[in-house]
Amino acid sequence: MFDNFFIIIGRHIISFLYFLGGLGNLAFKTIYFSFIPPYKKGRIFEQAKKAGLDSLPLVSLIALFIGFIFALQTAYFMQRIGSELYIASLVALSIVRELGPVITALVVAGRVGAAITAEIGSMQVTEQVDALETLAVSPMKYLVVPRFLALSLMLPLLTIYADAVGILGSYIICVFRLGISSSIYLRVTAEALFYKDLFTGLFKTIFFGMIIALVSCYEGFNVKGGAEGVGQATTRSVVFSFIMIIIADSIFTALFYFIFP
Amino acid sequence: MIEILGVEKNFNGNIVLRGVDLKIDRGSTCVIIGRSGCGKSVLLKHIVGILKPDKGKIIINSKDIVHLSEEDLNALRLKIGMVFQGGALFDSMTVGENVGFGLIEHNHTSDKELRETIEESLSLVGLSGIASLMPSDLSGGMKKRVALARALCIKPEIILYDEPTTGVDPISADSINELIKNLHDKLNVTSIVVTHDMKSAYRVGDKLAMLYQGKIIAQGSPNEIQKTEDPIVHQFINGLAHGPITET
Ligand SMILES: Nc1ncnc2c1ncn2[C@@H]1O[C@H](COP(=O)(O)OP(=O)(O)OP(=O)(O)O)[C@@H](O)[C@H]1O
Ligand SMILES: [Mg+2]
Repeated sequence: MFDNFFIIIGRHIISFLYFLGGLGNLAFKTIYFSFIPPYKKGRIFEQAKKAGLDSLPLVSLIALFIGFIFALQTAYFMQRIGSELYIASLVALSIVRELGPVITALVVAGRVGAAITAEIGSMQVTEQVDALETLAVSPMKYLVVPRFLALSLMLPLLTIYADAVGILGSYIICVFRLGISSSIYLRVTAEALFYKDLFTGLFKTIFFGMIIALVSCYEGFNVKGGAEGVGQATTRSVVFSFIMIIIADSIFTALFYFIFP
Repeated sequence: MIEILGVEKNFNGNIVLRGVDLKIDRGSTCVIIGRSGCGKSVLLKHIVGILKPDKGKIIINSKDIVHLSEEDLNALRLKIGMVFQGGALFDSMTVGENVGFGLIEHNHTSDKELRETIEESLSLVGLSGIASLMPSDLSGGMKKRVALARALCIKPEIILYDEPTTGVDPISADSINELIKNLHDKLNVTSIVVTHDMKSAYRVGDKLAMLYQGKIIAQGSPNEIQKTEDPIVHQFINGLAHGPITET
């Protein structure tokens, strides 16, 4: 029984290592192909629109509610110790440094990453990927590079937007429910945030974008079987993106903690 | 000339090709026949370099494509048109964009010229005027013919057809056979046709080759194949339920 347990754990670890190897290989090729002409801007814009613009409604909704909830939850404690003013600084710091980047990344992984895997996966099973190759077009160049560049560009932009909307949500609660004055709220928020908070929050999202693009393309290309395979790959793509984003986030947080104490 | 020498391919223990040897002269049409699942599509994919053999050589225009650089391989691929078994049309693009894809990506022809070439390729397969439709609006047989038009659009020297007449109505099938013959007679195109359709095989082939258990077990002119003494080939070409193929 225990033998079995370790075998299963071992298999998972090996398959995860295998996945990491494949991902590294894809990352390497993608970066290489990013520098090889021809550069098709149109396709990057198309993907940027799909990943960025089309994600705005969902990101707005989630960021706004996170702002609401977070303000209310902090208010519960801050009111007990009589320092409601600090809600503004606490919310601003948490959102800009952590919640904004991670939640945006998770939303994009679920919405855009899943779609990429499903699209590339069904192209794979219907031999469209092979057809690209026979027409002397590299699937790397044609499918992966635009998504990779678009996502690593759009994720920081989406995060800036999510940060702003999240802070707006908290502002609404604090100003209209808790009676904090608007000018004080804004001043406290501005004082709480340093450039390094903005920088550390946004810098990692470039990598989150790359992770989402690479994981979802990788899973798409590795689809086996028909529609069922596409479904499984889509699930795996979202799960692995989540895991990788959280791992990357921990690494960046630890790193920044020592670099910018 | 295309020369396939001792090609072996194994997918995680599933041995599909066990040393295929086949020569196709420039300007000739070779028909590959064989049972479902015997590896005909896999063999075609080796010839365009989508799959790499575990062992063996594939020589096209006196270059071994197995060890070609990506760049040289792509240059070669522009001379090869491939018609996939399932069509493999890009479903996010219109029929016109599908057909013109190779030209759009590689040659910077004028829009007018491009449109004319697309229309010309579509009319060769009897489908003029559908350039603005989406692949999802087409029937299975139409998709197949659009796939053929896409292969023709780049004016290839070599065309690989994976079951071009399967799922196509008999009249269209006959016009596809005629088209394959015309390309052969007038443009000296080298073709490899994978098919189960023996009528089409006899009609278009200069040479027929039978793939069985990972090897080419027989090849010859349509006449020679028809008169074969080999019981396996005999069973296959006559479509008999009982015989050496089904007894093992
Ligand atoms: N990419 C692949 N990975 C693993 N196995 C594959 C792959 N492609 C084909 N095969 C296997 O190779 C074998 C031959 O497949 P292939 O598609 O070449 O058959 P076929 O002769 O074209 O059959 P049909 O006439 O039905 O099209 C099958 O057993 C199939 O499972
Ligand atoms: Mg096949």
